[in-house]
Amino acid sequence: MSTPAPLPKVGSRGSALRSTIAASGSTLGLGLLAILVALILTSPVIIIAGASPIDAYANFFLVPLSSQFRLLEVLVAATPLILTGIAVAVAFRGGYWNIGAEGQLLLGAIAATGVGISIPADWPPIVVVPLMILAGALAGAAWALVPALLRTRLGIDEVVTTLLLNPVALLFVKALVQGPWRDPGGITESPPIVEAGHLPQLMDKSRLHLGFLLALVLLVIAWWVLSRTGIGLRIRAVGLAPHAARFAGIRVERTLLGVALASGAIAGIAGVSEVAGIQFRLTSGISAGYGYTGIVVAMLGGLSMPGVLLSALFLGDLRVGTNKAESALDIPSQIGAVVQGVILLCVVGLLAIRRWRISRSDRPADEAEPPAEDERHLENAPA
Amino acid sequence: MIDGSFLGDLASATFRNATPLVYGTAGETVTERSGVLNLGIEGTMYVGAFTGFAVAWWVGDPLIGLLAAIVAGLLAGAVMGFLTVTLGANQHVSGLGLTIGLIGLSELGNRLLLSGSELQKIQPFPQWNPLAGLGDIGLVFQQYGLTYAAFLLVAPATWWLIGRTPFGLSLRAVGENPEAADAAGISVARTRYAALMIGGALMAVGGAFLTLAVLGAFTLDIIAGRGWVCLALVIFGRWGIWRGVLGALIFAFVYSLGLRLQIMPGFDGIPRELMLALPYLAVIAALALSGRNAPYPGAYLKPYRRS
Amino acid sequence: MGSATPGADGLPAVRLTGITKRFGDLVANDGVDLDVGRGEVHALLGENGAGKTTLMRILYGLTSADAGAVEVDGRPVTIRSPKDAIAAGIGMVTQHFSLVRPMTVAENLALGRARGARLDLEAARRHAREASERYGIAVDPDARVGDLSVGEQQRVEILKALARDCRVLILDEPTAVLVPQEVDALFATLRRLIADGLAIVFISHKLGEVRAISHRVSVLRRGVLVGTAPGDTDEKELARMMVGRPTFGVSRPDPIAHAADEPAVLQVTGLSAAGAHGLPAVRDVSIAVRAGEIVGIAGVSGNGQTELVEVLTGMRRPTAGSATVGGTPIAGASPAAVMAAGLGRIPEDRHASLVLDLPVELNLVMERIADFTGPGGLDHAAIRRNAVELIARFRIKARPEDRVGTLSGGNIQKVLLARVLAREPRAIVIAQPTRGLDVGASEYVRGEILARRAAGAAILLVSEDLDELLTLSDRVVVLYEGRVVGEMPSEKADPERLGLLMAGREVAA
Repeated sequence: MSTPAPLPKVGSRGSALRSTIAASGSTLGLGLLAILVALILTSPVIIIAGASPIDAYANFFLVPLSSQFRLLEVLVAATPLILTGIAVAVAFRGGYWNIGAEGQLLLGAIAATGVGISIPADWPPIVVVPLMILAGALAGAAWALVPALLRTRLGIDEVVTTLLLNPVALLFVKALVQGPWRDPGGITESPPIVEAGHLPQLMDKSRLHLGFLLALVLLVIAWWVLSRTGIGLRIRAVGLAPHAARFAGIRVERTLLGVALASGAIAGIAGVSEVAGIQFRLTSGISAGYGYTGIVVAMLGGLSMPGVLLSALFLGDLRVGTNKAESALDIPSQIGAVVQGVILLCVVGLLAIRRWRISRSDRPADEAEPPAEDERHLENAPA
Repeated sequence: MIDGSFLGDLASATFRNATPLVYGTAGETVTERSGVLNLGIEGTMYVGAFTGFAVAWWVGDPLIGLLAAIVAGLLAGAVMGFLTVTLGANQHVSGLGLTIGLIGLSELGNRLLLSGSELQKIQPFPQWNPLAGLGDIGLVFQQYGLTYAAFLLVAPATWWLIGRTPFGLSLRAVGENPEAADAAGISVARTRYAALMIGGALMAVGGAFLTLAVLGAFTLDIIAGRGWVCLALVIFGRWGIWRGVLGALIFAFVYSLGLRLQIMPGFDGIPRELMLALPYLAVIAALALSGRNAPYPGAYLKPYRRS
Repeated sequence: MGSATPGADGLPAVRLTGITKRFGDLVANDGVDLDVGRGEVHALLGENGAGKTTLMRILYGLTSADAGAVEVDGRPVTIRSPKDAIAAGIGMVTQHFSLVRPMTVAENLALGRARGARLDLEAARRHAREASERYGIAVDPDARVGDLSVGEQQRVEILKALARDCRVLILDEPTAVLVPQEVDALFATLRRLIADGLAIVFISHKLGEVRAISHRVSVLRRGVLVGTAPGDTDEKELARMMVGRPTFGVSRPDPIAHAADEPAVLQVTGLSAAGAHGLPAVRDVSIAVRAGEIVGIAGVSGNGQTELVEVLTGMRRPTAGSATVGGTPIAGASPAAVMAAGLGRIPEDRHASLVLDLPVELNLVMERIADFTGPGGLDHAAIRRNAVELIARFRIKARPEDRVGTLSGGNIQKVLLARVLAREPRAIVIAQPTRGLDVGASEYVRGEILARRAAGAAILLVSEDLDELLTLSDRVVVLYEGRVVGEMPSEKADPERLGLLMAGREVAA
């Protein structure tokens, strides 16, 4: 089949923007364009907050890269985002709408703390650290299990159930740190975990810890599984076209269940990483919305693993930068959440424009987008 | 300990705590009947709570605050419309982005406007107590005007709007079969925008109820997943308002009961947070029991574009 | 009908001039001119994909033209949406009905018409009854559309257009879903309507019907208007205009002789299954297909064929009965188990059976991913080799890395055929194999089916194209309301007898 040449469109509004997006083509281009549009859209907010957007963006993005210490802080901030980004991307690629990474992360943190405060202090790190990671992964997967079973067995929308479990997980954390695990010496925090449970630091004079390497290893594994194995092909097929996958003999429910549990486990490890690498105890603020930010990471990264890495680093940069800007420019760091939300809206909006343009020129969509529909809703479609 | 005043107080609290959920559920029901899932509900309730409070604090009148919240809700709905209707963007991600952005904006506004050293307070809406003479039973009717409005105005009006008006007919047609609606001369885009904006306004009022009536203050994480609860209640309600209201009452009852039991002897060992978690788990259980074969609108999640 | 052109004042009810529409590099309509007079049935004839529907969707505002003009009663009009079309007095009954299934007939009729703050359901009901009486089209205003038969739904659609005072009525393949007797009733209605002065555009690809009802016939081929002829033009002449070639390119060789006691390869026994709303769709169906035999399933769409195929392909659980392939039970088994039993499956919805966003090469291995997985994960070299080989063997016009969604319908069907036939299944279930394909692709697909028959496969063929069915099948089984109402060798199956069976008017002995 010859490559169809898109016809010139006469007088269609916004065609310049759409051709820009189609020309940029790649997911990287789309991500960069989304960031650019988001920064323009957020500028008025920064002006209202009393700063110049140029100064603010310099502080957000450039200052964190200006010294080795700050650069390493960006990697520290990116660590949980890489992990939740993988968790969300894996789930979305499989067509499973896990929006519960936040809760799964908290459960991972609870489990890691549980191991870390109850294990004998003289056990060696080589035992304690893997134990904490394992416990966190299992706890995250367990938190993902109920919505996954409800979805695969009863067909109940996982969006709602995974979302609902997020506030529940936070309440559990609060119940623990204000109740049984309350540190007698402190306020609402758990006692510190054992020394042997601390993730080793990778460099002197930096908080960068083993969790970062762990995140990179998981990233590579996720990339390999998704793009180079039969399991990954099944996941992608189920995510793109569940009916066709079922027809081809793929066990859709089992695949979804596996994807959900893997996603929960990875999110749980993000919780372990924060407890054992940064806080060394459980607090109710252990997650600064990392689970939700994971959605931004995954979407901005086009649901690809290299993309997840890049966008997690970018958002880590933004996180360090907004904290810096708070002291340097007196801009509240909450602006970071606004930028994140607007970036997500820009990504999804630009994807829609690109898809529309592509469908008009009869070229294919790609896997960067999560599926717009699934089988349950197809069955209810009008005949 | 379980006596008339306990029961009266419990019933009263149930209606009060159900109020934001009734607004949110009504708003999401209207929205979803048009075929659009609005996961921006949590953020819309949040921005309603903040805007309502901030304006009321600024102007000194909760009623103006309420109007401001409505405007914020309309705008939030319009943004969702631009993304999902005009651009045809993925509804899940658009809604989540909207929630993240609106919560960020509210917290930013809170920092800029309100965060002095002390928590700002306003004079909230008063409670009405038409039947104070009836003692414990009268307690049930000791409610805010917005609670009366939720049950006596918003819920019936939602039912009427969907089932008994030409707009409702268009709404259902657009949500079930947009091609058919289009072929009948109904503007799919306009109907969906209208549904999203009406829905957004209702959600925002639900959030504003918490700041303008119950608390008289804005606190972080004030919505605490109530928007997500409304999503579940819409499914539980099978996209009808009355079952949705019933679900809201059940949630609020478990919530209110938990809080009251927790201070009673025999229950005082149970952490308050676990009691607070109970209603969320109850909603999930309710979905598990009743959410099978949910009659999703035919065009749910599907953008519409004429070829 | 005669060839007189009504519209005595010389002004056509509607005139299209120079309509052009492109989809990507496909020209769906290329400068088409068409006019329809009052009191005239004007047929739009052409093969699948000739551009008939696109032209009428443009007239009704469902598709926007790239160029061209529309006049109604001699006045130029701009039609941007169905709303404009309705205002101009144009109504359309699309192939997929524009009805809201959970709503009642009255509500559907009120759609887009109701104004104000209150929806007067009583008035809507009254209005529906009045319209029903006025046009002599019987419908129950309170019936839920989803519960109506296809023929009844079509009546609601026509009534909906008429109730909006349309003067030009477009019918897109209205007979495709009807049995012959329902077609007669439809034609009677249309004759009443033209007597009232309506202008009717009748889209079809069936020559007999077109000649029976039309005053004039316009023939489209690949988006171009070939010509307009009187309605009584010779059938062969119309066929020549429509296809520009003799009609059928393949023929079935003589049947293979079977011993009387030879066991069937595909054996369906007493099979029942429920349909979309839990209602029985397949009832006690028994069919035996032996090696080297094609058994055709005839029936009007919606009589259980879809559900039968879904059960046999592992996509639907039966409520009773059994099915075996070479003795292995397959009813209620998973798709993987069905394939393992040796059944090849090519269902009617080929787009939903492939992952359109994945490349051809991955779709070609989708049914047996494990065979292409080594210790180091997917064996991409083997996957590519497999694709190159099948693309050549099945003459698929695509590269291995092309996404299936970018291919033409014919090539998509070839991908599915290649995936299935490469495994040399001993039994094959194939539904609507050539629907929507162009002539060349159709003949290729039919040739492949016959080649599998020659190789000894047992083939169950479901098709709404009776010519195709009778040409390819050794035997024909007729389904009506989910039941087998007749079975006969193809030689004895004449269209009239089949028509009666398909309409449920007769049960074969």
